[in-house]
Amino acid sequence: MSTETTKTSLTATPAQTIGPFYGFALPFEKGGELVPPGSPDSVALHGTVLDGHGDPIPDALLEIWQADAKGNVVAETGSLVRDGRTFTGWGRVAVGNTGKYVFTTVNPGPTEPGKAPFIAVTVLARGLLNRLFTRVYLPEDTEALANDPVLSVLEPDRRKTLIAERLADGSLHWDIRLQGEDETVFLDFHGQP
Amino acid sequence: MGEPVKSSDAAADNQAIVSQEIRDIEESYKAGRAAGAPAETQPRVDYAPYRSSILRHPTKSLHHADPETIELYSPAFGHQDVHALESNLTIQHNGEPLGERMVLRGKVLDGDGRPVAGQLVEIWQANSAGRYIHKRDQHPAPIDPNFTGVGRCITGPDGSYEFLTIKPGPYPWKNHLNAWRPAHIHFSLFGTEFTQRMVTQMYFPGDQLFPLDPIYQSIVDQDARDRLIAKYNHDLTSPEWALGYEWDIILTGQKRTWTENEAYGEQGDDEH
Repeated sequence: MSTETTKTSLTATPAQTIGPFYGFALPFEKGGELVPPGSPDSVALHGTVLDGHGDPIPDALLEIWQADAKGNVVAETGSLVRDGRTFTGWGRVAVGNTGKYVFTTVNPGPTEPGKAPFIAVTVLARGLLNRLFTRVYLPEDTEALANDPVLSVLEPDRRKTLIAERLADGSLHWDIRLQGEDETVFLDFHGQP
Repeated sequence: MGEPVKSSDAAADNQAIVSQEIRDIEESYKAGRAAGAPAETQPRVDYAPYRSSILRHPTKSLHHADPETIELYSPAFGHQDVHALESNLTIQHNGEPLGERMVLRGKVLDGDGRPVAGQLVEIWQANSAGRYIHKRDQHPAPIDPNFTGVGRCITGPDGSYEFLTIKPGPYPWKNHLNAWRPAHIHFSLFGTEFTQRMVTQMYFPGDQLFPLDPIYQSIVDQDARDRLIAKYNHDLTSPEWALGYEWDIILTGQKRTWTENEAYGEQGDDEH
């Protein structure tokens, strides 16, 4: 085990906005379908990306990365060219004209016993000069949520921005607000510039 | 809410107004540096001269977190995902695209100088006339029927990538009156951890539009800005064929304790 794992010697290249014209480069067929829609145990994760006025952002791009239903972190290729059966854990969607997005996936399992399951999310948009990282947690396991190291230190009104709402159809509803009163909690990780 | 926020599409202000804002921010940054403030190595997400950023940047501090489980790994990509020919943007249609053919080569390294191998690099760009193949790009420059401007590759064992493409042209973009983007190629990158994800833009040396462009200037530190500019490399230029450019990309460091079999390339990048 190295003790130098967080030592950084090179300065990271600066980020820039994704701009509006990623449309032919980044979205791809079935990008948001981590599992085929309608397959057993499939769950829709959906919502709207909103700006500081509460207006939908029509040119945002979202990526998710998650464990499978049993909590395993998978390392399978084939996210860009899906075979319809392999769960790769990663998906990408461009929001629509009304700022709405939808992923079809499975509920992630806890990666360790007692851990609150979450889906890691990257937010990119025209006007956003660097990507944002956040998480969306499943609402059910209240004990794990209460003990989660990220959630437990947040004020209740901030904390709720990271927890999806389970709708009657089993889907997860979660809006992303880049700015404003209910601004989503965005994360930075230790050691990042 | 105060004054209504100006939309990026409004072109409500002229270059002189935006350039003054850019200069004021830079002067204030330089004064801060002289007084001992740390260098800023990433763009400011709150950068008002780029009008579209005004309503789209978080106003609350980012929440510091330790990456957990899924965030310590990256999605895997391979040759099922990307065909080898996708790195050549000049052969995607029936004929040769118009413009200045260029070879673009570099390495993707992490913050400790280790090569980022087997990861996806995606690029997209305007054609040589400064026009994107996109319905929202309505700027009256010609569409090149032989150029879509999209490429992908998987990095080699040494973190290397290479594309054959056409040098993109500058284009107008309505942030303000007479706003023109410097020529650039968009890059999307993955590291070996989710937290290393990066989207950026590569620029060309000597562009006269740099001081005027709020997106480029959102990186307030000159040394940091310079990291986005490719180097012309005459040794990479091929006779009677294509000009050569080189650009290395550094992602952030890894947080995960790495194992011996990940330890290749420990010597790092000696070009920085």
